[in-house]
Amino acid sequence: MKIVVAIKQVPARDSQLRIASSGQWIDEEDLTHEINEPDAYALEEGLQLKEKHGGEVVALCFGAARAAQTIREALAKGADRAIHIEEDNPGAHDPLAAARLMAAALQSESPDLVLTGLQSDDLGYGQTGPILAELLGLPHATIIMEVEKLDASIRVKRELEDGWFQHVEMPLPALLTIQSGISKLRYATLMGIKKAKTKEIRRLTPESLSAGNTAPSIRLERVYLPERAKNTQLFEGTPAEAAAKLVEKLKFEARVI
Amino acid sequence: MSILVVMEQRAGEWNRMSFETLAAAQQLAGELKTAAAAAVLGSGVDALATELAGKQLDKVHVVEHPLLAEYTPDAYSNALRQLLAHVQPDYVLFPHTYQVRDFLPKIATAMGKVAVSDVVGHKVDDDGLVLVRQLFQGKVNVDVRFAGDAPHFASLQAGAWRADQLAAGSAAVEKFAPSIEASAIRTKPGERFRESARAVDLSAAELIVAVGRGIKEADNIPLVQELADTIGAELAASRPICDAGWLPMERQVGSSGQTVGPKMYMAIGISGAIQHLVGMKGARTIVAINKDPNAPIFEVADYGIVGDLFQVVPALIEAFKKAR
Repeated sequence: MKIVVAIKQVPARDSQLRIASSGQWIDEEDLTHEINEPDAYALEEGLQLKEKHGGEVVALCFGAARAAQTIREALAKGADRAIHIEEDNPGAHDPLAAARLMAAALQSESPDLVLTGLQSDDLGYGQTGPILAELLGLPHATIIMEVEKLDASIRVKRELEDGWFQHVEMPLPALLTIQSGISKLRYATLMGIKKAKTKEIRRLTPESLSAGNTAPSIRLERVYLPERAKNTQLFEGTPAEAAAKLVEKLKFEARVI
Repeated sequence: MSILVVMEQRAGEWNRMSFETLAAAQQLAGELKTAAAAAVLGSGVDALATELAGKQLDKVHVVEHPLLAEYTPDAYSNALRQLLAHVQPDYVLFPHTYQVRDFLPKIATAMGKVAVSDVVGHKVDDDGLVLVRQLFQGKVNVDVRFAGDAPHFASLQAGAWRADQLAAGSAAVEKFAPSIEASAIRTKPGERFRESARAVDLSAAELIVAVGRGIKEADNIPLVQELADTIGAELAASRPICDAGWLPMERQVGSSGQTVGPKMYMAIGISGAIQHLVGMKGARTIVAINKDPNAPIFEVADYGIVGDLFQVVPALIEAFKKAR
């Protein structure tokens, strides 16, 4: 089974974010970056499916040059090779434009299964998977917690709201978006890190891909820190002082204890 | 100009979030000086259409087909595209449900569009409609404008508009029969199921202490458990804690877990991603303990301490004991 896993590099989760002076994006200069967490689970699922059924795992990444680090980590964990669509300003592409580039890069690959995380931690559209499925003409299912390969099809467990689930069956090739927590993430081994250095990374540019172009249908106008809707009473001082003030308020003002 | 709301139902039961979207559409219609209509897709949904006919709407479109009885992305997007070609709305609004997340990007893509997903607010200015959505798990907001030709697609977050502000009225019901081929439906959905009966009903809890990523490792959970025990609270968690197996799934609060409304909800080391907030923002008093002053949890918190939970929580346990 040939499995493509689309991964994205995003600012680390605990980053303190500042708005860029342009007001169009955040200042990414001093941030550390990491793999988008749901994509890490998609990669893990891809690797486990390969271990069970054989085949190949190809990591696909649309991102800036620094995303090479995230791609190396995917290779070190066990992906066989990678495709990096390199673009200095990936954020300037809306999800459809980004997916068009990814679909074009996959033209020559004909994967049996395409996996990606259910959403990104930065833009959070949660759309790249289903968009890519539509562009590639594949059936899809989103927010998947379990994948079982049958003969020429797969049976997946889809998460619904309020603790409900549903099994869905579909023919291969197909596309799935993977939910965080589907399994335990592996670490790269020393051997894996060593091997990764010799693995192939195909570098493509948006210009080299005939992705087709349409006028963007949305425009990000202004990025800003949310104004606080609520007036939170914050308690300062030493932990003991702050705790004492909080408990007093909970007892005498909110009257919840 | 016109607005169409695509309502969500399953087996003749509404997904209640649809009514928040309907209320938003009525409000937008007023501000943009246009009319709102609603659509419901399914099989045997006349009763639902009748209910919609009692709302202040231009029209109610009933999209009926036996193959819409069960949701599949292929049948739904196929039927809806046919309806859109017929109605030609400028704005198409959806509740941001799991189902909408599954098929909205598909339809939008087929029409060369990008949907603005998970919208939390809006403004109208001289240049038209601005939608507000969140980036970076709620840490940053962005204003988004539509460009190009209609239709423009958006899905609205749970709790962002209030369904109780829905205006009553009288709308004409119009039937629409899409043509759908069974052979074009590629996915086979099974029955819905739940893993196991929930042993813990957090929705009944008066006090909840909830723990998130900030707790760092499983070995630190007893610290928060002790805090919960001190005040007789139920222990709950954000998703990553349950994903990691540090607490059972039945203690998860959020869109994929339980929705709670206790007298007090104390969030320890929880940043407050949207998916968590929708499950707890109905709590009467919300307390947040977090080291990041910009964490979105502080946007819903009544009281807060910005600091290291490993120092604050032991201090709180002591303070609660003293207050007895």
